Amino acid sequence: MSRERIVAVVRKEVREFRRNRFVVVTMGVLPVVFLITPMLTIFRIPDSASGTQVKAAVGTISLLMLIVPIVLPPVIAAYSVVGEREQGTLEPVLTTPVRASELLLGKAIAAFMPSIGIAYAIYGIVLVAVRFGAAHVVRSVIFHPPEMLAQLLFAPLLALWAIWVGIGISTRASDVRVAQQLATVASLPLLGFTSLITFQVIKPSVPLAIGLALALLVADGILWRIVSRIFDRERLVTGASAVRRSA
Amino acid sequence: MQLPRWFRRRRVGFGSRPVTWQGWLLTVLAVGGAIGVLAGMRGSSSRFPIAIVILVAYAIVARLAGGAEAEAPEPAAPIEVREDERIPPRARPAPRVERRAPSGPPALVVEHLTKRFGDRVAVDDVSFTIAGGEVFGFLGPNGAGKTTTVRTLGTLVAPTSGSAVVAGIPLEPGNGVAIRQRIAIMPEAPGLYLRLTVAENLEFFAGLYGVQNMHERIGEALDSVNLGARANDPCGSLSKGLRQRVGLARALLNDPAIVFLDEPTSGLDPVATREVHELIDRLRERGVTVFLTTHRLEEAERLCDRVAILNTSLRSIGRPDELRDRLFTKTLIVRTRAPLPAPEQLLTGVPGVDSWSSNRDGVYELAVSDAAVAAPAVARALVGAGSDILSLGEERHSLEEVYLELIDDDVEARR
Repeated sequence: MSRERIVAVVRKEVREFRRNRFVVVTMGVLPVVFLITPMLTIFRIPDSASGTQVKAAVGTISLLMLIVPIVLPPVIAAYSVVGEREQGTLEPVLTTPVRASELLLGKAIAAFMPSIGIAYAIYGIVLVAVRFGAAHVVRSVIFHPPEMLAQLLFAPLLALWAIWVGIGISTRASDVRVAQQLATVASLPLLGFTSLITFQVIKPSVPLAIGLALALLVADGILWRIVSRIFDRERLVTGASAVRRSA
Repeated sequence: MQLPRWFRRRRVGFGSRPVTWQGWLLTVLAVGGAIGVLAGMRGSSSRFPIAIVILVAYAIVARLAGGAEAEAPEPAAPIEVREDERIPPRARPAPRVERRAPSGPPALVVEHLTKRFGDRVAVDDVSFTIAGGEVFGFLGPNGAGKTTTVRTLGTLVAPTSGSAVVAGIPLEPGNGVAIRQRIAIMPEAPGLYLRLTVAENLEFFAGLYGVQNMHERIGEALDSVNLGARANDPCGSLSKGLRQRVGLARALLNDPAIVFLDEPTSGLDPVATREVHELIDRLRERGVTVFLTTHRLEEAERLCDRVAILNTSLRSIGRPDELRDRLFTKTLIVRTRAPLPAPEQLLTGVPGVDSWSSNRDGVYELAVSDAAVAAPAVARALVGAGSDILSLGEERHSLEEVYLELIDDDVEARR
């Protein structure tokens, strides 16, 4: 595993994102939407609201916070391989010494960084807004340590999961749009999982949050390996699967 | 209005341009507006109009920034011709370089290489050896298996059977990284990132190859293809010829032992083609082995030490003149002022002449085993017979004739 090659891939990907209007607009518009909606919800809650009302509202907010790292990265990740293939840049890359695992890890990191940066920024802004403007009952629920830990741990791990699924689809898809649609659909089960936590069907506690986070971390590592294995140079270059595995 | 220089160095969002004041204002207004709306809803209704004003301002600034983005040039065909694109004044085309046959350890050994895609045989039992420093031409019609062979040797495609040693490394599944480190492949389409500049494209590939002194190496590679002045241009703004040159510069980054060039002059104009040829000559001078697939037979003849003609299987391999000798009988063409009165009597029995024919008066085609022996003997015989010789010379068959002869045989065989 070469750190230098991974860094080269990350740097190139980030440069490309910055010059891709679609990515810039997606990264710019979605966070604004996800920032305004929860704040509108929070600031409508009066001090006299019941505990059930507050928990339901905060659940919705927390869900929205976790949607960003689930929804945003697959759009980029799904483009990463099939998009390069379509624009004819994949073959020259595959002629270099870069390993599949390095190339894919670089692409995953590049998709992960802006997504998680935006997710944490939104969460940070919400926390600041709640601290200084929301009703006391809301504050006490939002600043609940297990809840915060779950948010902070799950956001990157769920993002990584969504990214690996997106890249996996991208390595097998033959069209960018199909890949992006499939990746979005594939991220829906994650929303179900986060809903269970945010609406406290699964009640978050510190041990549970850490346990689930570790499980997600292991799952992300396994996904990375699986996606690296299904990355078939021969199929990507010629459209036909390799009979004998290439190096 | 511009931000201070140190601040502008942080580039975000819209392309390679530094972030503008609109970009930063957008962020501040978005957050401020949202908090303002929420604060207004919390009871201080007097803040609500202020928040609305902030959000309207946000929309205006967003529109301005969007407009600025819309004005950014999309990757497009070149508009201007720069100094390095102009045709240099030359009286005649570059001559074929005379050279010694390369020797030394082989750079590439291919034995019984076969590649099938399902039932279709792309490459069938191909064997050849290329010496270090040799420029080797790989010729064949469309679908002959040239690109598949290159991809196989470049570890992009796994062979169905057979073996190869590429740059001294056996072509085996575990050696892919090591082989790719020692070679460079330039596919027919250069495959550049059009949103990135020339230098950024090369930086990326230099990073993948782990090139030391990256910027120095990129500068050298760009200079070798006369693109030093275009390093900061987006690749999308370059002409096809210039993109091809960037592709060539990329192929030089890792100082490869073998360079595979797949149709490097495909679609290039004569000037760009000549520049590619000159670059290949320079690679030869540096001792780099060049594996050149091409449709252009005159290109192969000018550049290559040896050529192989492929049509799924290998049809022939050797120096261009060897192939000519192998396929065509050596022929002397003799022109005399007047038809010979008794050519049968005169030409039969001349040393070195196997047979003769004449389709026109005063023009004779003589099949010879050795032109160097036969030509003086024929001249002496004709002069002795009192004939005036207008010309006497060996007929040269082009590589194109060799190629067509071989490929036509295949076409006939398949009928």
